[in-house]
Amino acid sequence: MNRKPSLFSRLMTGLIFLFLYAPIFVLIIFSFNNSKSRSVWAGFTLDWYDKLFHDQMILDALYTTLAVSVLAAVIATVAGTFAAIGFYNMKKRWRTPLMTVNNIPMVNAEIVTGVSLCLFFVAFFNLWGDFAHWVNGAFGLQLPEQLYLGFGTMLIAHITFNIPYVILSIMPKLRQMDKNLVDAAQDLGCTWMQAFWKVVVPEIKPGIINGLLIAFTMSVDDFVISYFTAGSSTANLAMRIYAMTKKRISPEVNAVSTLLFVTVLVLLVIINVREARQERAAAKQRIT
Amino acid sequence: MKKNKLALFSAPYVLWMAVFVVIPILMIVVYAFSSAGGGFTLENFARIGDYMVVFTRSFKLAFIATAICLLLGYPVSCFLAREGPRFQRVAMMLIMLPMWMNFLLRTYAWMSLLENTGLLNRFFEAIGLFDLINGIFGTNLEYFKMINTQGAVVLGMVYNFLPFMILPIYSVIVKLDHRLIEAARDLGADSATVFRRVTLPLSLPGVLSGITMVFVPAVSTFAISQLLGGGKQLLLGNLIEMQFKGTAYNPQLGSAVALVMMLVVVVCMTVMNRFGEGEEQAVML
Repeated sequence: MNRKPSLFSRLMTGLIFLFLYAPIFVLIIFSFNNSKSRSVWAGFTLDWYDKLFHDQMILDALYTTLAVSVLAAVIATVAGTFAAIGFYNMKKRWRTPLMTVNNIPMVNAEIVTGVSLCLFFVAFFNLWGDFAHWVNGAFGLQLPEQLYLGFGTMLIAHITFNIPYVILSIMPKLRQMDKNLVDAAQDLGCTWMQAFWKVVVPEIKPGIINGLLIAFTMSVDDFVISYFTAGSSTANLAMRIYAMTKKRISPEVNAVSTLLFVTVLVLLVIINVREARQERAAAKQRIT
Repeated sequence: MKKNKLALFSAPYVLWMAVFVVIPILMIVVYAFSSAGGGFTLENFARIGDYMVVFTRSFKLAFIATAICLLLGYPVSCFLAREGPRFQRVAMMLIMLPMWMNFLLRTYAWMSLLENTGLLNRFFEAIGLFDLINGIFGTNLEYFKMINTQGAVVLGMVYNFLPFMILPIYSVIVKLDHRLIEAARDLGADSATVFRRVTLPLSLPGVLSGITMVFVPAVSTFAISQLLGGGKQLLLGNLIEMQFKGTAYNPQLGSAVALVMMLVVVVCMTVMNRFGEGEEQAVML
């Protein structure tokens, strides 16, 4: 295994990277194309970017995406942290089945999760309609009788598929934690609430932050589950892109891709450089 | 006592799971066995018989895509694990980068490449490939029909899901204990035997997790087949999507299809994991 990499292996790795990146670069190049064509080059332009920033539908979709992602990530992280601590302190007899249920949204095909939530929301809306009708009649209230799929249902769906990932990233940190720490804190006079905030949370903080980031990226990227739970009035960026690719050919899609690609590239480079620097600093410390 | 108190922290989430995970899944089961009027029926499952073609096509294409991903991903993971740490860091970043770009955009990128008047066909024309073929076979070929074929759908699946195969396999192989391989060599094993008896069995958890992560999204996709198959290569995902969002609104039939798909996938995965002695899941990243 520890032989030097051969020419063949380098070549194959190179070809895989070519396969992964060539389409993306073509996409980026044609975002600057002065024509609607996706294969003939007709000169350089920034028109598509200009159009993009004036396209109200895209801007709305971007806003929806960010709002859902931030809200879902934050709520899922808080809920997931409590849930993970709860599961960790549970008897194994209870924990095992609950963790299995927790894993369902991760192992299930996305379309099944999306469709199941869609069915659930619609059925709930029907029940709610009857209930609201009865309440309004009996008590003279003005409850809305007709509810629709929209931002709220999409947010619930996102929270639901995010929490398992948060739990998954926090669990290992809980297992690494010294079990006596909480007892020690309480012996030294902490209430269990203080022990929680001052001991447990700082110990598992890297897991929490990691979970928050995973949840956020999962939400930003999600298409399938949003597609089934957002209804027709709300759309996130992925849904808008799907509609655009299905309907008409517009280099605006290329411009969106380019902007997203550059954003992700910059973020990844920053994260990697920081990690590399930290590792080097740690290595230096070990030497001295 | 104290332990039980902390366990209660999970109570809200347990309730949440019951409402938003368990009940919705149960609703799929209930809908699958209901008629439009609400009574019990098995008719939805009988109607699935009409769509047998879609079932076999979905599983066939997903199987081919998974096999190609494995054939490409396994060697590349091995090669990468041999490189220096800096090379590995950059390579991993480069493999993860496309994953962070929405898969619809990645699929869209291939649309423009595969079109009849797309870049690939223009390239073939420019190098005189069509003239050559027409000259030899006397045909009248102007372009290769690539988009809206099953091949295009498989290509889209491989392109989108290849990183899901490479990452888990790589993360297992890179942690492999080299001393085991050296020991095997010292005991007289040749390269093929080392691979068959040591490397492969030890990397099996990564392989199994990679297969799951490619196969499940591939078999249930509807966007890739819609964009690259042009709606002509209907897959299970498209069938389900049509019953919920399309003109053929029929959530009962859609639920039945989703349920059967879910069960077949679960059976496949269980058998496969049994086969791999159900070892610990290799967690991604």
